[in-house]
Parts: sequence; structure tokens; C-alpha cells
Amino acid sequence: MMDRWTFGLTMLVVGMGGTICTLILFSLVMSALKKLFPYKKEEDEK
Amino acid sequence: MLDAMLSGLSGLVAGFVHLHWSNLVMMCIGGILLYLGIKKDFEPLLLVPIGFGCIIVNIPLADLMEKGGFLRTIYDFGVITELFPLLIFIGIGAMTDFGPVLENPYTFILGAAGQFGIFLTLLLALALGFPYKDAVTIGIIGACDGPTVIYVASQYAQHLLGPVSVAAYSYMSLVPVLQPPIMRMLTTKKEREVVMKTHQKTVSKMTKLLFPIVITVIGGLIAPHGLPLLATIMLGNFMKESGAVARLTKASENEIANIVTLLLAISIGATMSGPVFVKPTTIIILALGLLAICLDTVCGVLFGKILYVVTGGKINPLIGAAGISAFPMSARVVQREGQKYNKRSFLLMHAMGANAGGQVGSVMAAAVMLSVLKGMGVI
Repeated sequence: MMDRWTFGLTMLVVGMGGTICTLILFSLVMSALKKLFPYKKEEDEK
Repeated sequence: MLDAMLSGLSGLVAGFVHLHWSNLVMMCIGGILLYLGIKKDFEPLLLVPIGFGCIIVNIPLADLMEKGGFLRTIYDFGVITELFPLLIFIGIGAMTDFGPVLENPYTFILGAAGQFGIFLTLLLALALGFPYKDAVTIGIIGACDGPTVIYVASQYAQHLLGPVSVAAYSYMSLVPVLQPPIMRMLTTKKEREVVMKTHQKTVSKMTKLLFPIVITVIGGLIAPHGLPLLATIMLGNFMKESGAVARLTKASENEIANIVTLLLAISIGATMSGPVFVKPTTIIILALGLLAICLDTVCGVLFGKILYVVTGGKINPLIGAAGISAFPMSARVVQREGQKYNKRSFLLMHAMGANAGGQVGSVMAAAVMLSVLKGMGVI
């Protein structure tokens, strides 16, 4: 079993790093989706 | 005859005889929760049933939380199985408009910065000697998201369910009190006065429709152990955006959410039995939870300051404070603070983006955390 500090720092680095990377990925994917399916004014009129 | 009457009378006073001082303390705390919910309007939908549950579970000999007791039955059915928080998430998804975060996808990153408190508090809890799973559960209070906290606690630290849930919901309701001083302390007047441009209606229907599916698939592949959390919130949102199942959407955000909130909250109250709750550990957990939410705000604002510098002063760092999951309360706090310093500043839409990003961020942080724990063999 690893010691407490190894566990804590692993959680901080991998956990927080993983969260940030995932959200950056979400942000990029959403930007790409917006480009692929741009908003058209007609959508308001439907 | 007299003996029979005395025996009968003893049954009527047994409750008083078995009343422990800690039960009385918890009844007072239950009363305070009721007061905060009713008079101060702090999350009344939660604090009222929690407070009432807390009072009744501390009445001795009623055995409400013993096997077969009605609170135990509700608790076993919905909390132990993790059903209640997940059902609530469907309702939250149905109620949340992710439009603002889709308009400005960079605000997702502010939602990540708002989760730092989780991991820093986890470190602190470990330093204070809490076991691994307990430390993780305490850290997750920093998600500032009741259902996520309950989901994690019910899986890995059921004995902490009461204190962490109370901490999460109480501090969420205290966001308007907790955040402004931190925001003022970390920003200059010039930064707080920044006016941000507002672009409206730039997201197509198709993007809004694809958003929950894409997030569920990508998030699920990255952190499969947190998929129930992510999938339920996205299911609710997908139903809302599709417009095809209006009855289900309405039921999710009203009837289902209301019934489950009642059952969940009274179950949480039921975990607050005096002898279990009144101990120094509870105070430490409440203090760590408070710290977690303050650290979230600190990291969010500091990240906002970085964006302010990187963009040459186009981003108001105050919106970083909205990168937590208290939706939409935190965004409103940012809007109010911004307006205090510049009447022409309308930060609400940007803050809503960060806030919706924080909603996804908190779920994702919990999901990532569970997957990392699984990977490390801790769970």
C-alpha cells in the first residue's frame, strides 16, 4: 500500500490534471461542433 | 393491577429516560436547519426535510433507522443504492441550460479551476489522518454539488453521509456570503470594472442536441466509474433539448425531482443521530468542507486573473468565481459584484457559462477521481 503523501499527490496531479484535460477536451469538441453546425438565423423563425 | 399500571406508565416515560444529551444537541441543530430553511430561505427544499428528519431520528426508542424502520427503508432503497442522487441529476440536467457555456466554450476551463478545492482539501484531510476513502469523501464537498457528494459518500464512506451532505448543502446556500469577500480580496478595482462583450444566440439547435451525447461518450470513456453521474445529468439535458419528450422532461424537473428531494433529504436527516453525529470529527469535516469551497473560489478567481492577463484585460476575473457547481447562485453573485464596481458591466451570461462549466466540472472531477481511485486499487 502506498503512503499517504504518494496517494494524496497522485490524486492531486492525476485527478486535477485529468479533470482539466477532460474539460479542455470538452471545450475543443464544443468549439468544433459549433463550427460544424453553425447557428443560422432561420432557427429563430421556425 | 398496580404493577400493570406502573409497567404501562414506564412505557410512556421510557423515551425520556433514554434521551441522551447528544440527542438534544441534534434536535437543536435540526431546529436551526429548519430556521435557516424557513426564515432565511437557505435551500429550504433541502434543509426543511433534513432538519425534520434530524429531529425525529433523535427521538429514542422510535427505531426509525433500525431494520424495518420507515427511514431505514427509504435510506436503503434510495441512498445505499445511489438511486436518489442519480434521479436528482436527471432533474438538474432537465433544468440546466448549457447554452451559455456552449456560447463561450473556454468557460469550461473556468469550471475546472473551480474544482481545485476538492483535491487540496483531500490532501489536507489526509494530513489530518483521515483514511483514504474518508479523505476523498470530505474533499468532494468542494464539488459544491449535493448529489455528487451523496453519491460518493454512499459508495465509500456511508458513516460520513450526514456531515458531508449537511456541509455541501449548507455551504452551497452560503455562496452569496462566502464568495464576495474572497473575490474582492483577490482582485483589483480595475480588474473588477472590466466590461465583457456579450454575444447572444450563437449556438445552433444541433450543437445543443449533440452536446449531452458527446459529453457522455467522451466523459464516459475517460472516467467510466463516474458515468452514472455524467450520464444522468446529460440524459435530463438531452430530453430538454430534444423537445420530443416534454412530459418526461417536465416530470424530471418537477414531480420526480421534488419527490426524490423529499426522500433524499429526510434520509440525510436520518443519518444525524446524536451519538453518531456529535463528535469532534464532524466539526473537522464541516471546517474542511468550508475550506474546500473557499479554495474553489480562490482558484477560480486566480484562474480568471490569468485569463485577464492572457487576453489583455478582456476577461473580468470575477467570472472565475462562478466556476463552481452552485448553479445559478454563483453566477448571480458574480453579476452583482461586477455591477457594484461598474454599472455598465453585465457579467451574468459569462458567469452562467462558467457556472454551467462548473456543473459539468464537478461531475467530471468526481468521475475522474473515482476512476483514478479504481486505477490505483483503492476502491
